[in-house]
Amino acid sequence: MGGVVEVRNLRKIYPMGDDEVVALGGVDLSIERGEFIAVMGPSGSGKSTFMQIVGMLDRATSGSYSFEGRDVAALTDDERADIRSRRLGFVFQSYNLLPRTSALENVELPMVYAGVPEARRLDIALEKMDIVGIKSLADHMPNQMSGGQQQRIAIARSLVNDPALILADEPTGALDTKTSRDVMRIFSDLNATRDITIMLVTHEPDIAAFAKRIVTFRDGHILSDVPNVKRAA
Amino acid sequence: MNLRATLRLAIQALVRNKARSLLTMLGIVIGVAAVIVTVAIGAGARVSVQQSIASLGSNLIVVQPGSVTQGGVRTGFGGASSLTPQDGLAIAQLPGVAAVSPIVSVRSQVVAGGNNWQTQITGVAPTYTFIKAWALASGRFLSESDVASIAKVAVLGQTVVTQLFPGGESPIGKTVIIKGSPFTVIGTMTVLGQSGMGQDQDDVVLVPYSSAMERLTGLTTVNLLMISAATAAQVNPVQSEVVSLLARRHRITPPQPYDFQVRNLQAFAQAASSTGTVMELLLAGVAAVSLLVGGIGIMNIMMVSVTERTREIGLRMAVGARARSILNQFLTESIVLSTIGGLIGVVVGVLGTILVALLAKWPTLIPPGWIFASVGFSAMVGIFFGYYPAQKAAHLSPIEALRFE
Ligand SMILES: Nc1ncnc2c1ncn2[C@@H]1O[C@H](COP(=O)(O)OP(=O)(O)O)[C@@H](O)[C@H]1O
Ligand SMILES: [Mg+2]
Repeated sequence: MGGVVEVRNLRKIYPMGDDEVVALGGVDLSIERGEFIAVMGPSGSGKSTFMQIVGMLDRATSGSYSFEGRDVAALTDDERADIRSRRLGFVFQSYNLLPRTSALENVELPMVYAGVPEARRLDIALEKMDIVGIKSLADHMPNQMSGGQQQRIAIARSLVNDPALILADEPTGALDTKTSRDVMRIFSDLNATRDITIMLVTHEPDIAAFAKRIVTFRDGHILSDVPNVKRAA
Repeated sequence: MNLRATLRLAIQALVRNKARSLLTMLGIVIGVAAVIVTVAIGAGARVSVQQSIASLGSNLIVVQPGSVTQGGVRTGFGGASSLTPQDGLAIAQLPGVAAVSPIVSVRSQVVAGGNNWQTQITGVAPTYTFIKAWALASGRFLSESDVASIAKVAVLGQTVVTQLFPGGESPIGKTVIIKGSPFTVIGTMTVLGQSGMGQDQDDVVLVPYSSAMERLTGLTTVNLLMISAATAAQVNPVQSEVVSLLARRHRITPPQPYDFQVRNLQAFAQAASSTGTVMELLLAGVAAVSLLVGGIGIMNIMMVSVTERTREIGLRMAVGARARSILNQFLTESIVLSTIGGLIGVVVGVLGTILVALLAKWPTLIPPGWIFASVGFSAMVGIFFGYYPAQKAAHLSPIEALRFE
């Protein structure tokens, strides 16, 4: 088991006028290949900030972060974009699908930037859509789909470049209980059968229950980091 | 990302926002259409001025008698009748001269059967049709032997034909009475229309100049000599040759004033043509300003578009788009918009030009260069005004873009 993410004393400080907000006050965390981590904690505890830095959407104020052995702080914006393209997958609470764009084209999008030849894109996109059970919706538009279906599209999209790590920030936040559980089962499945490393943010214990490890944040620090002994199925 | 993929992305984005894309293009469409129509009108006007000058004969040199200013008394053109057909024959021998015709003008009543008509009788040489580039409609034109034999033959302009032969019968072979002398009609001319001065050029009877002198004016001199230089380039050399030849023939030595005046239409043609060019450029300038306004419209909407699609930009960055890809996408959108706008503008402009030509009956001409230039200029407008918004999009931070509400 090799290390995917290695974070040491990670700090993120947002300036707020003359004042500043310490969103992360020194976080240490290691994520190994094949893990399924739920990040919990009250609102404002720094969960999203942490995800964004790990996802290379934002930069830390200080501390060290290495991704698959590379020092992220030393990377250029283009190198970070390339890692996001090939090694990371994102799932957001608000799905973030392109409007007026078919499900298939939404799923294909990361491959466009990764330079995957057009002929292969269709096969890969359909394969990933099949995994999350929405292959039949390929030519539907996002506004013709339910929230659960849209989120599955987003999950399929996060899978197309075979990422090392999927980051999901409250992926079930906008879904009802039943749909939330369906979506969580997909993540569980991906982790179990395809050995995909997943870190997801939630503040609902039922959702966190699907993970193998639960990290709890409070005020920009990790309060607890424990294996989940009573996993849901 | 390669060009094809970028183009594909840009076109997808534009198609997804059809209404906005069309509105954005509107400025460019109107700008280019305005360029095409104004240039077409300007060029049309210039060409028609050139053509009407050419129809007068831009290789034409006219010798008029007199206009002698002597002792403060200006006698005016024709005041001194000094030109003879022999002068004309001598001029015809000069190098660079294509044709010469003496012109003898008289106004007279012409009678044919029960009809009569007050018209212009012009005595000319057989070369007259060549000099005026005027074609015969029927019969034959005056010949050298008609001139030599002082024949009583006439060729009628179409206005005279309609006035004297209203029944539509052929005038060829009929007799017309001019100042009491019977002339046989041997031909008719095609319609020439109005002159630049608004005169009806078809209201004329052409007779041999010798006959006009002998039977109508009774003079040994002629009113004008019309000379056609072989080429436009030879107009000026021929003109000075004519001046020195006539000075010699009329035994005029400086500082004695000439008893004739030699003039050509080339200077006038050049002036008219350059005025046309200035007008055309002015119109094009006005139209280019409207194109520029169209470009600012594009920038405006692209800015709105970048703001509206901030989350989309964030998402694209999250899934791996480099700043360069985002820049290229928005720049390409802007160029595609403005180029398609330019192409539509060309179509609208051409249709508008046709409409102007049909409704206002203005002469129009669309120089093909302007079509390429205006589409090319539209594309450049797209690059220029699209760059700033595209740059703005590319420099967004991924997380700020994603968080944007
Ligand atoms: N862009 C920002 N500018 C200023 N403060 C921010 C920004 N993003 C987050 N914060 C602050 O950082 C802290 C952590 O926020 P966040 O990571 O979003 O928490 P969580 O996702 O756990 O609710 C909060 O106090 C929040 O107000
Ligand atoms: Mg959050």
